[in-house]
Amino acid sequence: MTAEITRLTAAQMAAKLAAGEITSVELVRAHLDRIDAVDGGEAGLNAFIHVSRDEALATAEEVDAVRAAGGAEAEALHPLAGVPIAVKDLIVTVGQPTTAGSRMLEDWVSPYDATVVERIRAAKLPILGKTNLDEFAMGSSTEHSAYGVTRNPWDTDRIPGGSGGGSAAAVAAFEAPLALGTDTGGSIRQPGAVTGTVGTKPTYGSVSRYGAIAMASSLDQIGPVARTTEDAALLHELIAGHDPKDSTSLPDEVPAFGAAARTTDVSGLRIGVIKQLQGEGYQEGVLARFQESLDALRAAGAEIVEVDCPSFEHALSAYYLIMPSEASSNLARFDGVRYGTRVEPEDGPLTIERVMGATRAAGFGDEVKRRIILGTYALSAGYYDAYYGSAQKVRTLIQRDFAAAFEQADVLISPTAPTVAFPLGEKLDDPLAMYLNDVATIPANLAGIPGISVPGGLASDGDGAALPVGIQFLAPAREDARVYRAAGALEALLSADAEPLWARAPELPTAAAQTAGE
Amino acid sequence: MTETLPDAAPLSFEDALEQFDPVLGFEVHVELNTATKMFSAAPNAFGDEPNTNVSPVCLGLPGALPVVNEKAVESAIRLGLALNCDIAESCRFARKQYFYPDTPKNWQTSQYDEPIAHDGWLDVELDDGEIFRVEIERAHMEEDAGKLTHQGGSGRIQGADSSLVDYNRAGVPLIEIVTKPIVGAGSRAPEIARAYVSAIRDVVKALDISDARMERGNVRCDANVSLMPKDGDAFGTRSETKNVNSMRAVEHAVTFEIRRHAGVLAAGGSIVQETRHWKEETRTTSSGRPKSDADDYRYFPEPDLVPIVSSPAWIEQLRTTLPEPPAERRRRLRESWGYSDAEFRDVVAAGLLDEIEETVGSGASPATARKWWMGEISRLANARDVEPTALGVQSATIIELAGLIDEGKINDKIARQVLEFHLDGEGSPAEIVSARGLEVVSDDGALTAAVEKAMAENPDVVEKVAAGKLKAIGALIGPVMKETQGQADAGKVREIVMEKLGVS
Repeated sequence: MTAEITRLTAAQMAAKLAAGEITSVELVRAHLDRIDAVDGGEAGLNAFIHVSRDEALATAEEVDAVRAAGGAEAEALHPLAGVPIAVKDLIVTVGQPTTAGSRMLEDWVSPYDATVVERIRAAKLPILGKTNLDEFAMGSSTEHSAYGVTRNPWDTDRIPGGSGGGSAAAVAAFEAPLALGTDTGGSIRQPGAVTGTVGTKPTYGSVSRYGAIAMASSLDQIGPVARTTEDAALLHELIAGHDPKDSTSLPDEVPAFGAAARTTDVSGLRIGVIKQLQGEGYQEGVLARFQESLDALRAAGAEIVEVDCPSFEHALSAYYLIMPSEASSNLARFDGVRYGTRVEPEDGPLTIERVMGATRAAGFGDEVKRRIILGTYALSAGYYDAYYGSAQKVRTLIQRDFAAAFEQADVLISPTAPTVAFPLGEKLDDPLAMYLNDVATIPANLAGIPGISVPGGLASDGDGAALPVGIQFLAPAREDARVYRAAGALEALLSADAEPLWARAPELPTAAAQTAGE
Repeated sequence: MTETLPDAAPLSFEDALEQFDPVLGFEVHVELNTATKMFSAAPNAFGDEPNTNVSPVCLGLPGALPVVNEKAVESAIRLGLALNCDIAESCRFARKQYFYPDTPKNWQTSQYDEPIAHDGWLDVELDDGEIFRVEIERAHMEEDAGKLTHQGGSGRIQGADSSLVDYNRAGVPLIEIVTKPIVGAGSRAPEIARAYVSAIRDVVKALDISDARMERGNVRCDANVSLMPKDGDAFGTRSETKNVNSMRAVEHAVTFEIRRHAGVLAAGGSIVQETRHWKEETRTTSSGRPKSDADDYRYFPEPDLVPIVSSPAWIEQLRTTLPEPPAERRRRLRESWGYSDAEFRDVVAAGLLDEIEETVGSGASPATARKWWMGEISRLANARDVEPTALGVQSATIIELAGLIDEGKINDKIARQVLEFHLDGEGSPAEIVSARGLEVVSDDGALTAAVEKAMAENPDVVEKVAAGKLKAIGALIGPVMKETQGQADAGKVREIVMEKLGVS
């Protein structure tokens, strides 16, 4: 039983909890056992930086007690109460360390909770722990973590995507049914694509950023990671909604995303294929699965149209100016003065400048330093207009392209990433190749619109077994429900005659399971 | 390249003005008195335990985000309107980036190319009543930094053994008011400098948007000075003297910088564009850090904040809340009270305009209000080492005391004692007079006896008075007062003496 319950969807877990068929403690223990079995040991996924056994069990016991007591309090429980969740270690939590994947915050524990964490705690979802990521969310492979690489459960010699590789791998490997991610240029969607899971980047402002350690403030967005569209939608509903602590938070009512995900009806839906996000640079297998998805949607009554977004050609360049510019500023606070790592120079005078310098030299990894240098340069007097200023103009053009595209289509579609998961180490020394992985996900961040990645089948890159391919849907800002509707429909179409993709992941070698909750 | 000659001796002020025209510019920072900070809900309070008025936002903790204090925006708009500025219907914050340990995020959230208020003016009144118009370039919102205390060494960061930082002030709302270059000040430049800072302080006090206490740093002035040759038309290189935080210091700093610049220029040197530190003890400035227009703060729009949109309706509504401009108010009050210029200037300098206005408004005559506030109340405050306003004297008390004097129940001297007893909590003036038996002795019997005694003891005085020297009566009043423990009515004593000697 314990092994199987980790393979339920979050919605199924919620239903069984409500029906009294399982307890939250059982669920949490099963997941802790699974973490023990695959996160270290032979599989060595290393999806978690920190596992919060006691806290998760305490929350589970609380939920079980409320349910057992019945009455109004039990009635008032959130539908997901008792369903465990993992949190990307970029999101601050009281009582658990938050490292951002960096040596800079090695022993740091936040004195406050992120707004999304407050909401999760209020809804009583046991938090299993904090998941691995590229340092400060900078990367597409989770290889840039100071706490080791995370491995892809489909092939442990390959990357799980990034920066949210830990959350995606944890969900794909049944270590958690739900996780939180953050998406600045694809950090939720691309890991979702390469691990066969579902990840949403909500509309900018849909989910509060308060407590998400900022990389690029105008691009960052917290979002859900799950195995099914419905689960992602349910988690999105829980974390969305206005937050007075985030000035960029939207005041809108939260739509019924779960219901949209369950619609599975695309008849009459106009789906726009973005001309610029296919063809060159995309692996054959990825394009084949993309075509099959289009065929399935067309067959189900969707109207497939092609849309032209000429400015997308410059999206990657604009992104790699805006993102590092904002990141160079956001990361200035890590200086060893107030919190986190402090490193004093080995010799010479102990001045504040030299302590700040030594701290930043030792505390940040290479990719972080690369982006700080890029961003500092781009914002410098005399270069601002040519770099940051021009990039902002490109951003406006991309927003116009999207606006025009959404005149012709209700949602847009593309492969989420140009390739399946690549081998660990392959692009570590080639930052530009790494950056190209985000070419299809970045435009949504630049425009602030919602996007989702759902599994679109398996494909081989010609060098090994078949691996997951992700399909991305995009919708206009504030129309997140549309991506859930389209993604839910594709998911249903592709699993009509087969098990869902997430259920087909290869068995992982397991370490001898320890008893959870020690 | 010209030698900079930093050590050239300053010229005398007169010599400097003979050769050069000074050009001034001011950046005045005003700390707002909002309940909370500019971008967080942490309290904005002075004097508390270090690092207690802080939140994740003002400590720059990872993940924290700013939210604009609407009250601070309102204050900024009202100040902008009071400075006759245009108010931006939409403006943004920017990040001004530099690494310094008093700045928790290592950037200051400020306004750069989109200030909330711009292009205004302020009329300042000089000592002789002349009005000088200072053009305002802009007024923008920003946040204050924390406070560093350097341990060991000279007290500056260089050479200190360690430094302590208090973030209670970090994030306190500031408005920075920047003038356009002030030309044509000539030899009145120092006076204009003082009058300008004084006028800004008056405005923010009248608006009640700041505690405006310069000694606490609520109003801080950076003074820019440059010189141009008498026959020239191009501005010279400027120096920026930082944190000149009293009106007198502003006047002195401008004077010194004019003399210093003139000394360097007259010796054939050139001025280094730099910040200068003001030294109160020697009334001089010393070299700070070089500053150029190319200082690179890597400004960019603050992405965590949305633009501030101020509707014309809101701006107009705020305009209706503006107080009477302080200079106009002073003119009105001076005329209506009939004080001499000197009397009025003293009242303004003592900071008692509001109190006297209130007392007059409560029914006292302007002369009575001035007499009490500028006289006994100020003297008592001085003796007790507090501000006159801190004594808590009510207008009603002053009116009551004046009434008792007018009715002849007490004299001035007794009244002063009654005030002191009143401040010590002994009740209303009338109660004190009655309880302590202080009513002046005016019953003819007791008084006549005392007068007769004094006359008997001072035959020479009596002789003089009898001969018509009425002024000599004063010499009899002293002994009578002594006899009656000061409770005699001096006018009555006079009457009795004159009656007895048959003079008039």
